Amino acid sequence: MSADFLYLVEVILNGLMAGVMYSLVALGFVLIFKASGIFNYAQGVMALFAALTLVGIQTGQVPFAHLINAIFGTNVHHFGWQVPTVLAIALTVGVMVLFAIIVERYILHHLVNQEPIILFMATIGLAYFMEGFGDIMWGSQIKTMDVGLPSGGSLWLEEYTQGWAAEGERYYGMYLDKLDMVASLVAIVLVVSLTIFSQYTTTGRALRAVADDHQAALSVGISLRTIWVIVWSIAGFVALVAGIMWGAKSGVQFSLSLIALKALPVLMLGGFTSIPGAIIGGLIIGVGEKLFEYAIGPLIGGATENWFAYVLALMFLVFRPQGLFGEKIIERV
Amino acid sequence: MKLKQLATIALTTLAVSAPVAADLVFPSLSYRTGPYAAGGTPYADGWADYFTMLNARDGGIGGVMTSVPECETGYNTAKGVECYESLKGDGALVFNPLSTGITYQLIPKATADDIPLLTQGYGRTSGANGAIFSHVFNFPANYWAGASRIVNRIKHEAGGDIAGKNIALVYHNSGYGKEPIPTLKALAEKHGFDLTLIPVDHPGQEQKSQWLQIRRERPDNIILYGWGVMNQVALQEAANIRYPMDQMFGIWWSGTENDKLDGMASHGYKAATFHNVGSEYPVYKDIQKHVVDAGLAAGDGSNVGSVLYNRGMYAAMTAATAAATAQDMHGEKNITAGMMRDGLENINMSDAVMAAAGLPKFGPEFTGSCANHGGTGQVGIQQWDGNKQAWKLIGGFESPDNKVIGELIKADSDAYAAENNITPRDC
Repeated sequence: MSADFLYLVEVILNGLMAGVMYSLVALGFVLIFKASGIFNYAQGVMALFAALTLVGIQTGQVPFAHLINAIFGTNVHHFGWQVPTVLAIALTVGVMVLFAIIVERYILHHLVNQEPIILFMATIGLAYFMEGFGDIMWGSQIKTMDVGLPSGGSLWLEEYTQGWAAEGERYYGMYLDKLDMVASLVAIVLVVSLTIFSQYTTTGRALRAVADDHQAALSVGISLRTIWVIVWSIAGFVALVAGIMWGAKSGVQFSLSLIALKALPVLMLGGFTSIPGAIIGGLIIGVGEKLFEYAIGPLIGGATENWFAYVLALMFLVFRPQGLFGEKIIERV
Repeated sequence: MKLKQLATIALTTLAVSAPVAADLVFPSLSYRTGPYAAGGTPYADGWADYFTMLNARDGGIGGVMTSVPECETGYNTAKGVECYESLKGDGALVFNPLSTGITYQLIPKATADDIPLLTQGYGRTSGANGAIFSHVFNFPANYWAGASRIVNRIKHEAGGDIAGKNIALVYHNSGYGKEPIPTLKALAEKHGFDLTLIPVDHPGQEQKSQWLQIRRERPDNIILYGWGVMNQVALQEAANIRYPMDQMFGIWWSGTENDKLDGMASHGYKAATFHNVGSEYPVYKDIQKHVVDAGLAAGDGSNVGSVLYNRGMYAAMTAATAAATAQDMHGEKNITAGMMRDGLENINMSDAVMAAAGLPKFGPEFTGSCANHGGTGQVGIQQWDGNKQAWKLIGGFESPDNKVIGELIKADSDAYAAENNITPRDC
């Protein structure tokens, strides 16, 4: 095979895996939008907050240490213990559930029957509040996400594929990031679990009922408040998974909240209401932007990925305004 | 009654927050929040702590106390301009915007308001031409000096010849990241190396395409002009593809404790710097005693001695030295911003001055003048030691290719003068 062809395959495979990383973020948006019609602007910040909390708990960091020290003149920063990863993840999930209860109790509960734009504005406020709260609680330093995930390229794959190129061609073997491979597996497990949950459990069916029609769901005794807490909790868990994967790539820092920007074109393309749409949309965006950067990028100065992701999404919107898998909304007059 | 209470609260707040009229005011345009907070916080701490130390130890500058009103920019240009507008009326002597984008916006405003800008190691490089940029001071070094010094170092390590080599510039796709491109193009022509430009979009969280390209093309050296998360991801991706770390050079904004990987993964990575490293300087004892131990530190004290803390403190020391120079020049303790500008233009940052400030040999010696607002452009090289988890200065402060840079500065500043109808000062 020619080295050029192998490089092309490498770009496609890496694009697919980058797409999975985008999908992990997009999933959280879809879950909340599907169940409550809210476009949750705070989803990126939720990923940041979850990752900060996980690392803070894991490393035994004293929450609000800066505030405590400033008020009481103390100098405490760490409890002096390390919490095992699994326990730290479980505790973080607990924190995200608590967060969901607080959001429902103090924000959503007061905004029932308000226009979607009002709810959207509320999530913007929530995002800014959480960012500042996370800063006060855990500090703004960059933290290392160490939950035992692998990093670096797969040496085995590189060596195995090195001989695939035609003789005399410069080829160093196929490069795939081990972290991306793990993220792909996690995404598959997550999507299958969410699908089973929504299709085959009573709560899942209640979620779908609420998504279809709030009034009808209420009339058959489904508690809207409980459903919202469950949905925001699941979205919090998905945010934690996204925070772990992206945090392992770049360290846990406040720019993590900006990963939401990568999810928007995925949502536009895949639809705001479809879990498979978030995955397929992510894959299309991931491959599309990587291929464009590889083939056209060098001709026009590079750094085309962010731009191209939105262009691609807009192109799809022209033909399918509801996205590839979104529900077609027909309003009869 | 309510109105009365509100008015009282408002007046009290104003009285507490506004600096005392007689203070020497050194505003801090900081960013302690947002995606770049990890870099902005230690810098702002260093800037504030140095003035706090001067107040406690020396009773201010020339017997006049200093104050540091802080305004959060979030590294956002629009907010930075708002901060400038809100603070300039409080008697601000100098602004240190800590952002190239904000600096570009403030140059015409600050010039019109007769307030100097101190932009050490960032901002508009051609601001070094004092004949045209009367209120911009970017000594001791600028982006072009950094790029030239890195190329000189690469040349030195290659045995003096880099003709035919391929050097890749991985840069933040912004005004800041693009700054070194003209210099590197000129140097590529002069030395005969190939330059590959690889931009990374803000914020730089996803760089797979860029590093796959680097893995395919295998450049001999990489120069990194990044900031924030872009640096950490770039180093992680470099380690992932097993790029030799000692062939990779960052500019000073890509050479902090934030920009390294755990363990030995980034061992050997090098970066340009315009000041020394570590906390083995007498000034730190004073900061510990008068600021940290006294509970007056801007942060929690954990950043003291880090690269960015040092940089903020060094900028504060430069501003304080210029203020003292202005007091001497004008025979006036309560100087104005215009006098401060004169102080910056006549600054003499000698070894003796740095030693007296408790920072002996901390940076290169430099002087200001009407024409030269950029100093000598001397830059050092530091290297990350994974064993000690610390930066070490491995190449002293050396002058860049001032012939190439001088021509570029002249061309760029002349173009600015023509665009803005500025008549160059007779220096």
